[in-house]
Amino acid sequence: MTPTLQLFLIVAAALFCIGLLAALSRRHAIFILIGIEMMLAAANLNFIAFWRFGPQPQPPTGVMVAIFSIAIAAAEAAVGLALVIAVYRHYRTTNVDQLNQLKG
Amino acid sequence: MAWSVNNVWLIPALPLAVSFVILSLANSRRKSAAALAVIGQIAALTLSIFAFVTTLQTPGYRAFHNFTWFTFGDSALGLGWVLDPLAAAMLIMIALVGLCIFVFSIGYMAGDKDFTRFFAYLSFFSAAMLGVVIANSLLLLFVCWELVGLASYLLIGFWIHKPSAAAAAKKAFITTRIGDMGFFLGMIWLYGNSGTLLFYDDGRGCLESAGLVMLGSSATFIALLIFCGAVGKSGQFPLHVWLPDAMEGPTPVSALIHAATMVAAGVFLVARVYPLFAFGDEDGVTPSLTVVVSIGVITALMASLIALAQFDIKRILAYSTVSQLGLMMVSLGVGGVAAGIMHLIAHGFFKALLFLGAGSVIHGVHDEQDIRKMGGLRFLMPVTFLTYAVGMMNLSGVPFFFSGGWTKEEILHATMRWHASHLPHYLMLAGVVLTTLYMTRQMIFIFFNNRRAVSDLAHESPRVMTLPLIALAICSIVLGAVLTPAWPWLHSYLTGETARFDATLFIQPVLFVSLVLVGAGIALGAWIYRNAGMEDRHRPAETDPLEHAQPALFRFLEHKMWLDELYERTVLASSRAAARFSDWMDRHVWDGFVRAFGGLGQLFGIFTTNLDERGINAGVDETTSGARGLGRVMSGWHSGQIQTYLGAVAVGMLALLIIYAWLA
Repeated sequence: MTPTLQLFLIVAAALFCIGLLAALSRRHAIFILIGIEMMLAAANLNFIAFWRFGPQPQPPTGVMVAIFSIAIAAAEAAVGLALVIAVYRHYRTTNVDQLNQLKG
Repeated sequence: MAWSVNNVWLIPALPLAVSFVILSLANSRRKSAAALAVIGQIAALTLSIFAFVTTLQTPGYRAFHNFTWFTFGDSALGLGWVLDPLAAAMLIMIALVGLCIFVFSIGYMAGDKDFTRFFAYLSFFSAAMLGVVIANSLLLLFVCWELVGLASYLLIGFWIHKPSAAAAAKKAFITTRIGDMGFFLGMIWLYGNSGTLLFYDDGRGCLESAGLVMLGSSATFIALLIFCGAVGKSGQFPLHVWLPDAMEGPTPVSALIHAATMVAAGVFLVARVYPLFAFGDEDGVTPSLTVVVSIGVITALMASLIALAQFDIKRILAYSTVSQLGLMMVSLGVGGVAAGIMHLIAHGFFKALLFLGAGSVIHGVHDEQDIRKMGGLRFLMPVTFLTYAVGMMNLSGVPFFFSGGWTKEEILHATMRWHASHLPHYLMLAGVVLTTLYMTRQMIFIFFNNRRAVSDLAHESPRVMTLPLIALAICSIVLGAVLTPAWPWLHSYLTGETARFDATLFIQPVLFVSLVLVGAGIALGAWIYRNAGMEDRHRPAETDPLEHAQPALFRFLEHKMWLDELYERTVLASSRAAARFSDWMDRHVWDGFVRAFGGLGQLFGIFTTNLDERGINAGVDETTSGARGLGRVMSGWHSGQIQTYLGAVAVGMLALLIIYAWLA
């Protein structure tokens, strides 16, 4: 079975849905971060798939965007984890249900 | 001597500065206050002498210094000062007489608690009068003129605890203000027609021929309006009523008002603007000058008659001042400007002498002013008696030895030469007799006859008071040397000629006439009053010999011809009626209008209040409560649950995707 664009897109969509589900349903802040990373990974997968099956499949055009995206994701994860630690130090918890200080 | 011309302004400025310095002194600094005032006056006198010497350079010397005060549109208002024989002679007289009065005041006011304030006012008075004399602009003259009025108000009412003094001060101020109204109108008219208020300005001034021609026939009316001011200030009929009441002030003030300042200002004003009066004359007769003569004659005779029936030592002198001022006005009116000014200067000396002498008498007999209660003071107060006698001879016009005699001859000469009528001449001769008569009466009552109870207390005044008396007496005799017809130096100086000595002119026919008249006056007085007050020494002399002879006439004169009462009934009553009417109008008519407008305002207020509360306020309330409700709903949505927000984002994105897919 030859890999097709549709197949990649389905996998990426599934990955995104799993990530979204994790971000929406888990109570632990780190799991929410992981869910967000998964959604980013799904987006990267889409980049690569569209590049590979697009009109100019030669490197490094598509790969560069994906690498940038991964770098930004890494930075974002670092900031996110730092925030989680700061939040934990302040509230002694990482359960997002209890972090509702912005309530109107 | 341009220096002394450019610095003439210092003459009034120094006493003015001194008066402000004294005002700032503490009440207890009595010695420094008196010293400062006297030094200021000596400085003014010294500068006046410099100025006087400057005017001696050439006959008819005249120098002025003008500057622009302010400009409006195309026209500029100039001020300035002038130095001419008229100003210089007046300067010397005012400064010298003022100095004597200042020194005398040191003794007279020694017991007063407001000693420093008194000297501040005296300096101010002197400064204002010196300013009047040097002014080269009618406006500057008017300003100083009003300052003189203010100073007189302050000084007449100096003993503010006396209600009569306060009333007299008000009377003086308001009466002179009536005259000043005319002066002010005349000044505005003059400015309107000639465009300048400067007297001398290289041919452009309002007293020089070009300016006078521009005035044309209005010169008569302007002159008469300005004369109104002089009538008020110089106590001429019918505005003379303030002058006798001004006796309420301390005696040195009376001396200052009656001799050197204030009343002299009116005569000086007429002399200063004389070209206005004389413009368009035929043989020295113009309508305005005729008015001046008439007023002068009426004043002179009326005042000397009233003086015959007064018992207050100072009031007699006050009425004699009024009559002498009338005499000066007559002199000015008939064209004898120099004679009038000479008499003004001589009068300044001997009237100051008489007033200070009266002050010395009052001081000696412990503040008694009624001549009926005095008597036999000639041995008790010899210096005062002798100097007072010199003053009396001057005032009566005794010829040969006294300056007052010579100047009176000059005036009689001037009236004799008047073309319009000889009536003033004969009336003035009658005035000479009357003057002699009332002065003889006063001398007899005060210094001769029996001693009375109050005389036993009498003592000669201290030297600080007698020295000015002696100085003034000497001045008034020595001054006569430059007044004789044989060597009329002062006359020539004032008219800008060169005096020549001519011994043949020494004896004039009119001299014998007045010698006879004065002798007759003294003899008549001595005969009428030979028995006055000879009865019981412990009772005041109840009646005056004239009162015996003519009770009704005497009462008429004693009550100042009922003029005060007449004014009370007419002018004051009508002004009170006008005040009551205005009050009624104010309360009932204007007040109604005001209340009606107020009611309208209130109605409008009620309307706007309702509009505000019912309309605008309700709308605003509704808006805010709506916003509050919306806010409550919206704040409910903000649960603070981050995953709820995230879910909302996801659902929103899904909805967008579906819409996109549907549209594509």
